[in-house]
Amino acid sequence: MFTEIATDPGAPTVTIVFEGREIATRAGATVAAALLAAGELHFRDTPVGAERRGPYCLMGVCFDCLVEIDGEPNRQACMATVRDGMRVERQRGAAGIGP
Amino acid sequence: MKADAIVIGGGMVGAALAYGLRRQGLDTLMLDEGDVAFRAARGNFGLVWVQSKGFDCPEYAAWTRRSADLWPDFSDEIEELTGTGLQHQRPGGLHVCLSGAEFEDRTRQMRDLSERSGGAFRYEMLERRALDNLVPGLGPDVVGGSYSPLDGHANPLYLLRGLHAGFRALGGRVRLDARVTAIRRTGATYRLETGTGKLEAPKLVIAAGLGTKPLAAMLGMTAPIDPVRGQILVTERARPFLGMPLTWVRQTGEGSIMIGESREEVGFDDGTRWQVQARIADRARRIFPFLERARIVRTWGALRPYTPDGLPIYDRPPDGADAVVASCHSGVTLAAVHAGVLAPAIAEGRLPDDVGGLGTGRFHVH
Amino acid sequence: MTARPDIAVVGAGPAGMAAAVAAAEAGAHVMVFDEQPGPGGQIYRAIETPGPAGDAVLGADYAAGRGLSRAFRDSGAEYLPGATVWQVSPDREVGVSVDGRARIIKAGAVIVAGGALERPFPIPGWTLPGVMTAGAAQIALKASGLAAADAVFAGTGPLLYLIVDQYLKAGVPVRAVLETTPWSAYLGALPRLPGALLRAGKLRQGLGYIRAIRDAGVPVIRGVSGLAVAGDGRAERVAYTHGGHRHEIAAEHVFVHQGVVPNVNLTRSIGCRHDWDPAQACWRVATDAWGATDVAGIFAAGDGAHVGGAEAARLGGQLAALGALCTIGRIDAAVRNNRGAPIQHALAWELRPRPFLDALYRPAAADRVPAGDDVVVCRCEEVTAGEVRATAALGCLGPNQLKSFCRAGMGPCQGRLCALTVTELLAEATGRPPDAVGDFRRRPPVKPLRLAELAALEPDDTDGGDAGP
Repeated sequence: MFTEIATDPGAPTVTIVFEGREIATRAGATVAAALLAAGELHFRDTPVGAERRGPYCLMGVCFDCLVEIDGEPNRQACMATVRDGMRVERQRGAAGIGP
Repeated sequence: MKADAIVIGGGMVGAALAYGLRRQGLDTLMLDEGDVAFRAARGNFGLVWVQSKGFDCPEYAAWTRRSADLWPDFSDEIEELTGTGLQHQRPGGLHVCLSGAEFEDRTRQMRDLSERSGGAFRYEMLERRALDNLVPGLGPDVVGGSYSPLDGHANPLYLLRGLHAGFRALGGRVRLDARVTAIRRTGATYRLETGTGKLEAPKLVIAAGLGTKPLAAMLGMTAPIDPVRGQILVTERARPFLGMPLTWVRQTGEGSIMIGESREEVGFDDGTRWQVQARIADRARRIFPFLERARIVRTWGALRPYTPDGLPIYDRPPDGADAVVASCHSGVTLAAVHAGVLAPAIAEGRLPDDVGGLGTGRFHVH
Repeated sequence: MTARPDIAVVGAGPAGMAAAVAAAEAGAHVMVFDEQPGPGGQIYRAIETPGPAGDAVLGADYAAGRGLSRAFRDSGAEYLPGATVWQVSPDREVGVSVDGRARIIKAGAVIVAGGALERPFPIPGWTLPGVMTAGAAQIALKASGLAAADAVFAGTGPLLYLIVDQYLKAGVPVRAVLETTPWSAYLGALPRLPGALLRAGKLRQGLGYIRAIRDAGVPVIRGVSGLAVAGDGRAERVAYTHGGHRHEIAAEHVFVHQGVVPNVNLTRSIGCRHDWDPAQACWRVATDAWGATDVAGIFAAGDGAHVGGAEAARLGGQLAALGALCTIGRIDAAVRNNRGAPIQHALAWELRPRPFLDALYRPAAADRVPAGDDVVVCRCEEVTAGEVRATAALGCLGPNQLKSFCRAGMGPCQGRLCALTVTELLAEATGRPPDAVGDFRRRPPVKPLRLAELAALEPDDTDGGDAGP
């Protein structure tokens, strides 16, 4: 799994909640980095074949790291920055945006 | 190369007619353009729609209803033949009104349409409360709307694919990248020059969308068909929430939400403009406020072939030869009647009585 | 609202930063839009806020970006980070979204410096969680100090060795490097070696990485083909063919890479002309020596225009700035030519090794166009190579009919991860060259845009009036 190659005990941290699990992470990290550092690779299930996917490019072009952030579906985890208390869920299938 | 019939055009109208002619047993050659043709078929909204068609033309209204009625069997036929499901559904359709004035206008239009159809056009005007039982999540600006059980929708892209695949499956022949540069007639034979060779057939169908005007002129016919641009927005896939199509909004079989439409006369410019798209998006969120959260992943401007009165053209040349010019901007709605009624008539060397008033003569009355 | 900028720059990588510096120096009002929270682009990602990795791990080439980012910060160019450009119209209206609000900014000239992306690597299992690009591994390292131990790196191209070298410097064990460079590529590259030798330092640097990797005891297996990743819901093992035999290695992380290609979505959507580059097997926007495209007032620079590396991008950005300044009448052609001459000279020098590198690292055809029908080509819509081939057989001459028939390229990535594969698959299926086959028509928005943001735009939302070339 992904781990930090050096730790800085003095660096500020924030806590996010992924699928109900609390994850402490460096302030300023992307959501994708926070999840990868917590050992998560499975970010979403595809809307077509319900296949598991995770980050592929980490630079905002592949749209495979989609997650639901604070209720907003289909956010690119690699482009979103963590915030204390942020609630992140796997993106399961298509976006739930209906009434 | 020789054939019983040549159809110029591989779009929604051409493909439906080629498919229908082949189904009648004619050795049919369909000519299609390359990948970047101004293909209205690929920009279609996908409605199989009755309730806005032919306000001033009962003949067109009836032709439209006939096609909508043929659609379920037509869709099954294509799917059985090709394995391509067209996602056709006929749950009825809705046109919502965002002001009292719009509602009054709509009420009058629907009443006229029904009266002129002798009651064959069935609809209901629904007040806001009744609409809420039909579709959830409407915004406060929606005052009411018209509902017709005759309306439905389908996947226009799979329709085009299904027509092409079905035509081939029945043994139809296709010439790609075949732009017709000249049409001549010797006796009962049409001879066509294309960039990729000479072709001939005793029967010719011109259904080339925006390419129809110059081709019809080669037969001595005036077909005033010009582009009208419609811009459409498409969102990411969403979970199913919308059980029936609206004039402005429909959810596809894949879950994407299509939002249209607009009308601009801009010549052969199929680009997009954010100013128009912003207006389309604003209207969509007034209808369904939750759409604000939807992400738009694609937009396009599609050029649709329009006549001055917005009605289709079905006509034969003045010299009585066996050719037909066919053009309309509702290629999806009319696909079933084109394949199932128009094509068999063309195979017999005539046009159906239903469309007798839709010739080009109407354009040179004055 | 902000006044109308003379020059809008899309992207704050080496090309965008250099363009902004050069244009601002000449007194132009410059606005720079970039998606990331800080400048640097992908090559100098997080250059201002280095994570735990540090220069010792990331190397001198990375640290060199700091000078440029400082100059950029000091340049007076107006810089909007976290800004997603979702459209540029042919009349230079930039649609940009910041903090959930869209606006339209009309510029006198636009310099597109959106960078490159990694070439798709369509192999069995490339969609499994745990398979990422080598570039992604590097971004995790640069921006977050994250690395995955015991990963397999597979593919071809200089970046592959660079990231492995960085991993080793950081003390992260690497399981193996599987090199897919075909043997034929070495032969093809040989005639181009003399030109490259003029820049022997660059080549030595690459050889140095390879030596360091071998010295560290990492197996480097060359001439690998038939890569495939497998596992139950995530990567567990990678299989490959070498020496005529199938082999398999256990790996939870597989980092794949076969070069970078211009990200053409924005320049395509503007309507600029693009040509097929046979050497790099990709599309590139057609420009003149100043980066001007065939659409008036639209310029392109950096790896997004033509892949040449960071230094070439920096020089290209400066040239595009001169071109744009001339177009808006800020400098005349004589000044442009005068100032541009030494930059053009330096750029030519910088690009000397390129033909050699392009030939050497041109991925094998079998790695660009999957032989197997089961391989996913379009990741978003999950369309396989077999479906693309079957759809082509219905008479699709080009990618646009094909896209409408089978949905390849219709997902949120908007074809970025499948367009090249689809074009080459169609070329193979129709027996026509890629430039005759063509590319997907790209349309705005080039990045998904919330409907609320679009709906909130008023027709008079264009910042500033109508002016320009």
